[in-house]
Amino acid sequence: MAGSLSVDLVAGAPRPEHGPGVRADGADTDGAGTNGAGTNGADARRARRGRLIRWALLRLGGVLFVLWAVATVTFFALRLIPGDPAEAILGGPGSQASAEALAEARAEYGLDQPLFTQYVVYLGHLATGDLGTSYALRDSVASVILVNLGPTLLLALVSLVAALVFALGLAVWSTRGGRIAAAVGSLLEIVAAAVPHFWLAISLILLFSTTLGWLPPVSVPGPLGLVLPVLTLAIPLAGFLGQVMREALLDAMESPFVLSARARGEGDAGVFWRHALRHAAIPAIGLVGWAFGSLISGAVVVETIFARQGLGRSLLSAVQGRDVPLVIGVVLVVALAYMLVTTLTDLADRVVDPRLNRVSR
Amino acid sequence: METAALVVIAFLALAALAPSVLAPGDPLAIAPLDSFQPPSLAHVFGTDESGRDIYTRVIHGTGASLLIGIAATAIGLGLALVFGLLAGFGPRWLDFGTTRFLEVLFAFPGLLFALLFIVVYGPGVVTSTIAVGLSTAPGYARIIRSRVIQVRTSPYLEAALVLGRGRPSRIARHVLPNVAGSLFVLATLGIGQSIVWASSLSYLGLGAVPPAAEWGAMLSAGRTYIASFWWMTFFPGLFIVLSAAATTLLGRGIQQRGRES
Amino acid sequence: MSALLSVRGLRVRFGETEVVSDVSFDVAAGECVGIVGESGSGKSVTARALLGLAGRQARVTADELRFDETQILDASAARLRSLRGRDIGYVSQGALVALDPLRPVGREISDSLRLHASSTPAQRRARVLELLADVGVPDPELRAGQRPDELSGGLRQRAVIASAIALGPRLIIADEPTTALDSTVQAGILDLLERLRSDGAALVLISHDLAVVSRLASRVLVMHEGRIVESGPSASVLAEPQHPYTRRLIAAVPTDRPRGTRLGPAPTPAVPAGAGAPPHAAPAPAPATPLHRNSGVTPPADLDSADPGRAEALTPEFPRTPVVVAAGLRRSFGARLAVDDVSFTLERGRTLGIVGESGSGKTTVARLVLALDRPDSGDVRLLGEPWSTATERERRPLRPRVGAIYQDALSSFDPRMTVGQIVADALTHGRSQRAGAEVAELLRRVGLDERVMNRRPAKLSGGQQQRVAIARAIAPAPDLIVCDEPVSSLDVSVQAQVLDLLDELQRDLGLSYLFITHDLGVVRHVSDDVLVMRAGRVVERGATERVFGAPQHEYTRALFASAPRIGGDLDLWPLPSVGS
Repeated sequence: MAGSLSVDLVAGAPRPEHGPGVRADGADTDGAGTNGAGTNGADARRARRGRLIRWALLRLGGVLFVLWAVATVTFFALRLIPGDPAEAILGGPGSQASAEALAEARAEYGLDQPLFTQYVVYLGHLATGDLGTSYALRDSVASVILVNLGPTLLLALVSLVAALVFALGLAVWSTRGGRIAAAVGSLLEIVAAAVPHFWLAISLILLFSTTLGWLPPVSVPGPLGLVLPVLTLAIPLAGFLGQVMREALLDAMESPFVLSARARGEGDAGVFWRHALRHAAIPAIGLVGWAFGSLISGAVVVETIFARQGLGRSLLSAVQGRDVPLVIGVVLVVALAYMLVTTLTDLADRVVDPRLNRVSR
Repeated sequence: METAALVVIAFLALAALAPSVLAPGDPLAIAPLDSFQPPSLAHVFGTDESGRDIYTRVIHGTGASLLIGIAATAIGLGLALVFGLLAGFGPRWLDFGTTRFLEVLFAFPGLLFALLFIVVYGPGVVTSTIAVGLSTAPGYARIIRSRVIQVRTSPYLEAALVLGRGRPSRIARHVLPNVAGSLFVLATLGIGQSIVWASSLSYLGLGAVPPAAEWGAMLSAGRTYIASFWWMTFFPGLFIVLSAAATTLLGRGIQQRGRES
Repeated sequence: MSALLSVRGLRVRFGETEVVSDVSFDVAAGECVGIVGESGSGKSVTARALLGLAGRQARVTADELRFDETQILDASAARLRSLRGRDIGYVSQGALVALDPLRPVGREISDSLRLHASSTPAQRRARVLELLADVGVPDPELRAGQRPDELSGGLRQRAVIASAIALGPRLIIADEPTTALDSTVQAGILDLLERLRSDGAALVLISHDLAVVSRLASRVLVMHEGRIVESGPSASVLAEPQHPYTRRLIAAVPTDRPRGTRLGPAPTPAVPAGAGAPPHAAPAPAPATPLHRNSGVTPPADLDSADPGRAEALTPEFPRTPVVVAAGLRRSFGARLAVDDVSFTLERGRTLGIVGESGSGKTTVARLVLALDRPDSGDVRLLGEPWSTATERERRPLRPRVGAIYQDALSSFDPRMTVGQIVADALTHGRSQRAGAEVAELLRRVGLDERVMNRRPAKLSGGQQQRVAIARAIAPAPDLIVCDEPVSSLDVSVQAQVLDLLDELQRDLGLSYLFITHDLGVVRHVSDDVLVMRAGRVVERGATERVFGAPQHEYTRALFASAPRIGGDLDLWPLPSVGS
């Protein structure tokens, strides 16, 4: 679900520092052109490429490290469950599993081996993509995840796009329309960010299904069944993103470079499309990674309410049934996806705001 | 707009501390014959599966629900303070280590960490509250850390050094008070968010359970009846939205005022 | 020849406040009119109003606001858009955000072309390169593709000018085009503007800097609080100002004013605002009480600060004991050598000025003297004791002997503290009861009403904030105050008052100042001795008058030559009237 933490609180999170601010005596001697311009264009480009590659490698290293750490955390999560780990794997303490099932589980997970060996074996399994077997579904965790990954990703992606569009619309409308629009806009944003997914889902179902009968109350195959789930996920996110974009938009519209543009004869439309939009997009792009994570976690509720097949619903039933291997598998896969998305957005960040490439990270 | 938020918060505070003033009835009183009544003059919010008046239960549940939000925020902020201060003040290696640790926690977006926690320790009010607190801690920690660093490297800290203040004195007189200011904002914003998250867990059946007159529990009970008896989930949800919106508005307002001065 | 731009009775209000009142002037083609004013004078709003860009909340009225054939106030939005950029060019201060920081400057420049003339991208690109070369940007091919943050300040300003003149506008409005630039760079920009004017454009030049305006403008208007208080040919306005405000403004400029003379009106309340004493008259007596505390420094017996006749007091005689001795300081940051073999001695009661352009290392020297940074080699001794080589713990007892004031006073204050708390913090018994009276006394000493004690510094003006910083700096009765660009962001008249205050305090308390600035006029006025720094090295040193009168090093000569001065001539600084 979308957190209602304010703009710069979260924005303080994944964003690197922007370039140097204005210094009072900001000049160098003419033509000396320090600050990475290099003595000629080719040199500068090579240096920039080198920096980018170094950055990419560092990031990759970081991602691998985090994945390893996450795997370790989940490994210990399993061991933390009170009682016999073999029982935990088979549905939690008191699962009343048969002796053979227990023996099988012990063998598969190497539970009578020393802890370190288990850990190495575990990591080895992960590296080859073997995530264990789901006790409740009697299928390999990997295949359960694969089947459910697609629909959830689709839901998340469509919701993300919808949220960005709403957010932009909301931001633009509230900056164009004068003070009342601004007040209404910010109220909407705050409320939207404060609404829990389940409540919004219920309200939407009540409105569009029960009362108006336009849309089905549960997810049916095809685009129509996607509408309500997407709305449920997109609205709170749009509230949050809209606020971020609105502030950036306002800042941009009042800045000196917009004055310069107008002094050149640029009209409102030109100012918006050529200048302000890009500036407003920057913080939003930085938040996309976080937004993706929030959407996945929201999917747990949404898929359940709308009876839609997906990773979220599987995760929930796994938690309810103490199906530990499945829970761990889903968590790992989601963590991986999340890290990939965050890396991609960081890259996108650098494309949209080339100033970031100058700061050595 | 902030006045509206304050009014709402005052109302909620009253409901939490003296619920009988607003709802004189008994939240646990069963009346099986009256079950599943839609909203009406007699029962403003309708009745639930055991005929209990939902309005009364919502009002009486305010205290418990707000408490859960406050407790979760306290856990989250408390942990965050430790990590944030360590990272912000400590030597470079400590900062590095803590930041990496937080990054790992960040790899579990949203509810996922809470769900993992619940799988290990089982569902229930206490575990879900702790789970929510733990999930929010990394986010706060990161914010606290950057605030600490921002304050530590600001010109007025240097001015204090020139005046001859020693390190402990500088930390106590300048850094801590300036960091504490943002804490208050975080807390107000965080309570609303925690209430939302905790209630979501309850809705999923992993948190509070009936017959407790607590919003989450009511949601849990009403889950199966959404289609036919929507009011059982709608009204507690409405109050959740109101609390979250009001505290967020308040926190935002405080932040604005802080920025202006 | 009828004027190209004609303004009559221009008024601009924001809500209830009128920020520009009844402004009238004409500008003809090929003429440069200068508008001089301090912050809040309304000059920038006037500039924007000429373009119809005063802002959505502004209400602009005028009896006439005519550019060529068009009445600006009656013109349609489309007509105004076609004027802007094509017939009227606007040059603003080229800070990092005058051009879109996300776009290459070439794009910004070609925007003007795209908006007003149909052309192909190739044609536009060619024209952009032509323009950049025209305004003096070396290597235009490379620079056109760079973003503003990749260019130096001077190049950025040239790019801003290029985007304004792309279509050869007949009127150019330049608002503070050289502020925040080093003097050598400034001179180049002014030359460029001068060339544009002589090519036939009408130029409206707006600045707070009298010297800059007097260099280019044939006529000057002086604005104060939204009104034009004086106008006329620049030569006569600057040589014989009529209006008291103009007189005060000119008197406040420290260039050419010998050491020890007052720059501003005396601070006694009896003098009504606006009546300002003429520059060389006797000031009212300075408050005679020297600082109360047992500082261990007894004011010398021959101190005559109370004598009103001593308008140009010589620096009083203090025992010439060294306060700070720096020897062979070196400091590098990675590959960059910021300070290279800098040595100096500063004696009691004297001011050592360190002047240089940005990147010269002067701020690093300040930090080394304050022991905020450790030199790689060389050392600093304070009052005969080891300073830079000592540990922080060893230094602590000596710290009260050194104070500091900075360019941005506000950011050096804890945002949660009131003025009273800030000053009390610097006293040895901190915020105890006894401190209250002392704080009030300190505030009075720096010319602040003691009622300001309970206010937050953010609510005070820039000049007042700097006074609070000074009060805090003198509270522990120091021997040395390091002043790092303390007046650079203040208006000229406020700057004058602060410099006068610092001078007075020095005489009363026997303070030594290490005064760091890029402003040649200021350093000449305040320093007994001066160091000229460049790229980390001291290129010239000596008594101020000698260095300014007969600079030896070629860099020093070039530096002094580039600084614009009132009167417009670019001669080397003349020898002062010695012994006056």
